Amino acid sequence: MKNKAMSAAVVAGAVATAIAGLSATTSTPAHAQAKEKCYGVSLKGQNDCKAGPGTTCAGSSTVDYQGNAWTLVPKGTCVSMELPDGRKGSLTELSRDLPEA
Amino acid sequence: MAQVFSLPRLSAADFGDALINPDLGTPEGAVGPDGFPDVQRFNVYRNNVIVSLCEALGETYPSVKALLGEEYFAALARAFIAEHRPSNPVLIWYGEEFASFLAAFPPLKAYPYLEDVARLEWAWLQSYHAKDCEVFDPAALASIPPADLGGVRFRRHPATAIVASEWPIWDLVRVNRFKDGEQSQIDLSVAQPVLIVRPEFDVDVRILEPSHAAFGVAIFSGASLGEAAETALEVDSGFTLADCLSNFLSNGALAGLQIKEPA
Amino acid sequence: MRSDKQPVSAFCTPAAVPRRPGAGLKAEHVADILQSRPDIGFFEVHAENYMGAGGRPHQQLTAIRDVYPLSLHGVGLSIGGESPLDKDHLGRLAELNKRYEPGLFSEHLAWSTHETTYYNDLLPVPYDQATLTRVCDHIDEVQHVMGRQMLLENPSTYIAYAQSTISELDFLKEITRRTGCGLLLDVNNVYVSCTNQEQSPAAYLAEFPMQCVGELHLGGHAPDIDEAGRPLLIDAHDRAVDDAVWALYKNVIEMHGALPTLIEWDNDVPAWPILLREADAAQEILICAQDADLKAVS
Repeated sequence: MKNKAMSAAVVAGAVATAIAGLSATTSTPAHAQAKEKCYGVSLKGQNDCKAGPGTTCAGSSTVDYQGNAWTLVPKGTCVSMELPDGRKGSLTELSRDLPEA
Repeated sequence: MAQVFSLPRLSAADFGDALINPDLGTPEGAVGPDGFPDVQRFNVYRNNVIVSLCEALGETYPSVKALLGEEYFAALARAFIAEHRPSNPVLIWYGEEFASFLAAFPPLKAYPYLEDVARLEWAWLQSYHAKDCEVFDPAALASIPPADLGGVRFRRHPATAIVASEWPIWDLVRVNRFKDGEQSQIDLSVAQPVLIVRPEFDVDVRILEPSHAAFGVAIFSGASLGEAAETALEVDSGFTLADCLSNFLSNGALAGLQIKEPA
Repeated sequence: MRSDKQPVSAFCTPAAVPRRPGAGLKAEHVADILQSRPDIGFFEVHAENYMGAGGRPHQQLTAIRDVYPLSLHGVGLSIGGESPLDKDHLGRLAELNKRYEPGLFSEHLAWSTHETTYYNDLLPVPYDQATLTRVCDHIDEVQHVMGRQMLLENPSTYIAYAQSTISELDFLKEITRRTGCGLLLDVNNVYVSCTNQEQSPAAYLAEFPMQCVGELHLGGHAPDIDEAGRPLLIDAHDRAVDDAVWALYKNVIEMHGALPTLIEWDNDVPAWPILLREADAAQEILICAQDADLKAVS
């Protein structure tokens, strides 16, 4: 799997450098370019004790009536983005990828 | 209720099947006050089951929802639910298969990054709810004989995860989930493998260099420090173990030491 | 896993839930609550939202429990189910019960799991002898494993089972007699179910076994109509308590005295002060009833 093991001295040196670096910069990030913003959010509970209004019943009728993910087109932020290989998240591309009905 | 008719007993199995499959109609035996079945009444239950599970998926995968739009996501979630009914009442554990479902869903072939976005969001949720644990104190490494350090194995902090990806998944989540930044600034040619950590109560996401990601994946699958460094070097010959170790230690990705490799 | 040698209670606040209004705890309100320390009797949580191993939810609940009595309310045990109870799930409830020492523990007269599918709704049960036996067996098991009495909540229903042979009230009464469990009387559920089943909520409440009731629930419902044009009320928990439900509640309190009273608001959750206002409205009714009692005595 590997050609040869990294020498113990190299590993020990790297560990010593890492520890020294960490103790010297306890209050500042060690890797500034890797640090992203912290999003301290509270998630709401997933388990609820509620019922949905009956008239907007999403489970009430057949799949066709509700909108079918096989035939709908995404209307979110996906559609405006271009893929590196030139394909585009678009209606055309979606139709092409649909299997023969 | 007239006892002359022997009505079929409505079982939980039939009730449940009719909830998920509207084509089965309103089951006989589920009646309104006049003793007759009423589709609108039964539909309240159908609605509750399907909509609440769609909402739960939307709470777990807000970036995927934003990327596809409400209407599309709802239809997609229904397709997912039909294939993957929850088996556990705890909904924070529902929907793990959503990423692979997205990857295998032919109409979404033009959006190959959605799978990894979903993997990141799943990992984020599991990190949020993971067991509390002190992060590893690097000072403990100082007491290990230098010659043994290469054989040291770490324990992953329970809230730590690595999501490998060739797509800019952190930018996609940052913009779509946390509404931080513009969609137009996302460069889909950038790869962003990420490290997810939760040293205390807030989940943090860090973009990793590919060699650091390879190091982390190796460490968390039980490789020793020396072995993981070798793996990382194969990914990038410029890999620096000191920087990488410092990155994982300072972010609180590790919980402690495992056994030392036998000499 | 906690050691049994730990002190019995690590919390500053006694476990007992007072005969006062409380509110359903929402993650988005916790910071507000901990900062303003509102004068409210207790908080109630859905047990399933605290079944993760750790993190922010437990940190928040620990902070709340330190200051307020707690009521633990399960929404997923499927006590009315045809399948046996999920032992793992019951174990998780027992673990939460041990960890947070709630003053009250309640679950629903409903089913949600059949075989391997969890339907994530409180589905109705047929009121017949077979179901009665099974529900009582399940409650016996719950009370045994948790080592405490549970309260069983009356359901909100949209359909009835043609095969039912027992009234809901007789069903509930028989359950309490056989198992010794208490009841959680959800006044909004009474109004919703009785309207949907074309029965009188007042008559239902007059017959309710109040001596078994350990807690009341109040919440908002959404009006709709069924296929035949009859009123169909939905237990949506998405708005303020309806006037008709307040009137029923007032009547219950005047007849039977104060009880712990939860305001439920789970959908379109408002800002904390609005939820607190609902709890204050319940408090006024409780105070009026107490004043009337005092006058009657003196």
